[in-house]
Amino acid sequence: MMTKKRNSLIVVGAALALVLPFIVSNPAHQNYLILVLMFAQIGVAWNILGGYVGQVSLGHVAFFGIGAYTSTALLISVGLSPWIGMLIGGIVAAVFGVMIGWICFRFKGHYFTMATIAVAEIIQVLFTNWEGVGGAVGLYVPMDRQGWGVMVFNSKLPYYYIALGLLCVTLLGNWAIEKSFLGYYFRAIKDEPEAARSLGVSLTAYKLVAIAISSFFTAMGGSFYAQKELFIDPGSVLVTSLSVKMSLVTILGGVGSLFGPLVGSTLLTGIEEATRQFFGGSGMGIDLIIYASIIIIVAIYYPAGVLGWIKHLLRRDAKTEGGA
Amino acid sequence: MNGEILLQTLLSGILIGLVYALVAVGLSVIYGVMEIVNFAHGEFLMLGMYSSFWLFALFALDPLATLPLTLLLLFGLGALVYRFTIKRIVNAPMLSQIFVTFGLMILFRGGAQFFWKPDFRTVENSLVSGNVVINGLYFGIPHIVAALGAVVATGAVWWFINRTRLGAALEATAQDKEAAQLMGIPSHWIFALAWGLGAACAGVAGVLLSTFFPIFPEVGANFCLIAFVVVALGGFGNVTGALWAGIIVGVVEVLGGFWIGPEYKLAIVLTLFLAVILVRPQGLMGRAE
Amino acid sequence: MNRLLVVDNLSKRFGGIIANEDISFHLEAGQIVGLIGPNGAGKTTLFNCIAGFYPPSEGTIRFMGNDITGMGSPMMAHLGIARTFQIVRSFGSMTVLENVMVGAMLRNKSVSVARERANDELEFCGLSARANVAASNLTVAEQRRLEVARALATEPHLLLLDETMAGLTPSEVQEAVRLVKDIQKRGIACLIVEHVMEGIMPIADHMIVLDYGRKIAEGTPAQISRDPVVLAAYLGE
Repeated sequence: MMTKKRNSLIVVGAALALVLPFIVSNPAHQNYLILVLMFAQIGVAWNILGGYVGQVSLGHVAFFGIGAYTSTALLISVGLSPWIGMLIGGIVAAVFGVMIGWICFRFKGHYFTMATIAVAEIIQVLFTNWEGVGGAVGLYVPMDRQGWGVMVFNSKLPYYYIALGLLCVTLLGNWAIEKSFLGYYFRAIKDEPEAARSLGVSLTAYKLVAIAISSFFTAMGGSFYAQKELFIDPGSVLVTSLSVKMSLVTILGGVGSLFGPLVGSTLLTGIEEATRQFFGGSGMGIDLIIYASIIIIVAIYYPAGVLGWIKHLLRRDAKTEGGA
Repeated sequence: MNGEILLQTLLSGILIGLVYALVAVGLSVIYGVMEIVNFAHGEFLMLGMYSSFWLFALFALDPLATLPLTLLLLFGLGALVYRFTIKRIVNAPMLSQIFVTFGLMILFRGGAQFFWKPDFRTVENSLVSGNVVINGLYFGIPHIVAALGAVVATGAVWWFINRTRLGAALEATAQDKEAAQLMGIPSHWIFALAWGLGAACAGVAGVLLSTFFPIFPEVGANFCLIAFVVVALGGFGNVTGALWAGIIVGVVEVLGGFWIGPEYKLAIVLTLFLAVILVRPQGLMGRAE
Repeated sequence: MNRLLVVDNLSKRFGGIIANEDISFHLEAGQIVGLIGPNGAGKTTLFNCIAGFYPPSEGTIRFMGNDITGMGSPMMAHLGIARTFQIVRSFGSMTVLENVMVGAMLRNKSVSVARERANDELEFCGLSARANVAASNLTVAEQRRLEVARALATEPHLLLLDETMAGLTPSEVQEAVRLVKDIQKRGIACLIVEHVMEGIMPIADHMIVLDYGRKIAEGTPAQISRDPVVLAAYLGE
């Protein structure tokens, strides 16, 4: 019955998502919707490694940046369609992810997280000083041609549907993982690594599988971002704060759950927009203080996120009803 | 390259490396006792710098004179941070632990931006300023004082851990939480002590750096990463290892900056670190199992 | 004779501490072998070396004719050695059935095949009624059975049982004894580290006694219980 309810919720949600941009016609609001979908998508991608396998990476922005730079550089230099560039970026990021994972998985727990930050910092320094990809100045996506072939549009609407499509693809990927033996192995590794090993699960091998899939989807999000913003530089696609945001939407919504990142992204992006409107531009520090307070409160009091909290409430209701 | 310049670069690397060691020791103490990495460690350093700056700017008190005060302030802050946040997540899932200290990092940065503006500030004309020439080599007096101060502080931490009863309790808790509790040491006090001590190390390093380093809300970021590298290279929970690793990191940083370019400094240190980890996962100074 | 597991001159040191010294023994296919000894005798260390938890300092371990010394536990599982843990390590976010499915996936990655295999093993271990309960909600005795079911799902030739009976009530011990005998009937050999003597004595074909890291005696349970060296070791405890 739970799954039936969930399935009808998904159908309603999908239908709503399809017509939403016609209800919300203000471009600024549409932009907000696109951001929600985009951060949900990379949150879902982050969740594969951070949520299911429990390897908390705060260097995922490196994969995001690699995706953005690969597709954009290929578009500029050889005119390759970003649709293909997106896939190539994903593959490059996955290969890079495996290399990085091979080193960083030697660390356990917190130190793994620290090591991933270190990797992202290296990448940021390299790209900032690499003149071939614009260095500190960054890259502009050429706007002389427009349309679906080059993924450049004048209106927000196509971007909305691309973001929605990407999110669906990533969700489907996660769902397939959850249902396959990989999902079981990932959770086993997170719960009891030593027991998983004794059942023939090689920790490093499956962590590498997870980081490859996770970085592939994260990089696709990066390519999309580049096409949406039409401009990338190390300060926008390689900053640690972006790593924090993709993990935070997941934690806020519910770690290790399929739709957690979508819930988290809706809330967090909303809070950010509200803060910005209320206090004006950033730089005053208030936005950071609010952001940090959310992180700390969720981490201490609601580690299962909003979805976990709702589930807990539902279960409690069911129990009291059953008892009465 | 001129031999004199090389020597000068090397020595300046050693000087800054000693400060790195002190920051790393603080990180290591906290990790050793409760296996939590303090991502807000650089922010303790930043707050130490601001404490030094404001005491200087408002009351014209010299950083060296106010060092004990800052030490106490940061010790208190560390203990309070433990009492109000970390205490609640001692046995929580790893994810919560990571994000609480990460949240603290952002909170302190945001607070510094809000109260003190994102500007660069400097402590000018303090007691320690100017240069000395030794055998034709130039050294900033602040750098020398900072290095000496860091050595003294690191030595004090070593003495505290290895030679005092309280330090022994700290060590016992690091080895085995239950055993320590059986000895009649409440582990919550020990944890608070570790956080106080860890924050104080970073704070003292902040004061020592404040006489020659620009002060701004994000200044802690790189120091935290470098401290992490030092701890990983020196072996977890190893004070003397941290000292050597700090010197190595300092030297690699300045030499790399000299030969390859200052903009690559951090990347060089981090790459060296990844390379070492690839070959020796237990760190340079750590012992294999 | 069909020697399944052969341990030769095995030693294990941690720093300067010698946990196992020069231990040799073997185990035949389908045999139940009990590994006993006073506290700190080095039973757990020996067990962990055989399970691939850490490599021995010296000596060799052979399994079905292959040298497996120093192999990690995933490889051991593939070769047909499964283990349980003294302190139960069930996957807390999963149901009882899902726990066992992870074990079954070693031989077949299909989820539906694994589910079938897992259901069979739960039936075998008498846990069918609890299949859809969260693993963390089981009693101690049930959690121990779950570990056994999970290990059996990997289709091992040799099952290593680490103090499966510790902390059980006398009637639960009897059930555990019956389970081990049923496992033997399936042709699976068992190496059992045990503290509960009434649990191991009636079922073991062969006993190995350790004290201070060395093997001090071996033989049938009847021989062991009369051995003056063994008696001295236990009385001296």
